[in-house]
Amino acid sequence: MFATSNPICISDEIADMFIAVTIALLITMALTLARALLGPTLFDRLLAVNSFGTKTVLLIAVHGFMTGRPDFLDIALVYSLINFIGTIAVLKFFEYDDLGSGAYQEDDF
Amino acid sequence: MLDWLVWGVSWILLLIGCVFVVTGAVGMIRMPDLYTRLHAASVTDTGGAIFISLALILQSVFVFGSAMAAIKVLLIMFFTLFTAPTASHALAKTALLCGQVPLGVDGKPILDSPEEATLLARSRSVDYKSGQDAVEILEETRRHKRERVQGQDDDGDDD
Repeated sequence: MFATSNPICISDEIADMFIAVTIALLITMALTLARALLGPTLFDRLLAVNSFGTKTVLLIAVHGFMTGRPDFLDIALVYSLINFIGTIAVLKFFEYDDLGSGAYQEDDF
Repeated sequence: MLDWLVWGVSWILLLIGCVFVVTGAVGMIRMPDLYTRLHAASVTDTGGAIFISLALILQSVFVFGSAMAAIKVLLIMFFTLFTAPTASHALAKTALLCGQVPLGVDGKPILDSPEEATLLARSRSVDYKSGQDAVEILEETRRHKRERVQGQDDDGDDD
């Protein structure tokens, strides 16, 4: 159904392939979001958010191929890097209670 | 001939990727513990990303004829493969440091207290100052604690 309006003409079977992956990714994202809402501890929520971000990257990439315009890959690339930096920043905040100072002290080890 | 080959291999790779992704999500819901959930999520992040990205590379080269798209998908795959295990490691380390005690096979905590989890996270696998293993450090700490508690009991009996 998506293939008929494509600038690049791809066959219906190939579009079906990407639709199947998109549905699987959406189910995964729903389950991940459920864990983010349920999660008893903060780290469960953080894990769910990180996993949700990875799935978003894959979803953007697959959606670009599904509609026949793989131009959204730049956005997916940027999103994967931002997702990683965001997770590390939140973890650093909870480890040191500060984003700025954060140097390891020799006495800790 | 080549079209059918590319089509079939893409289907297979994408289906394997779907299985990895959905399995990891179900594991994240059903697993009993933070650390086991982390394990399930890591499988999803690496396995699913690898297979789906391989299928997308195949499609972009043979169907779309765009080498730039293939390079971008390859970059996404490499960034994911570098960042997802790093984030999982940092998450597990920080959770242990903040006192999240892992559960054992029988569903009971394998450490006595959150302080021991923090101690384990602070110690390296082999402490470079004393040459001790992390488990040895933990057992030594427990022994000191037991002796202290026994000493207090003795004092109480004397009084």
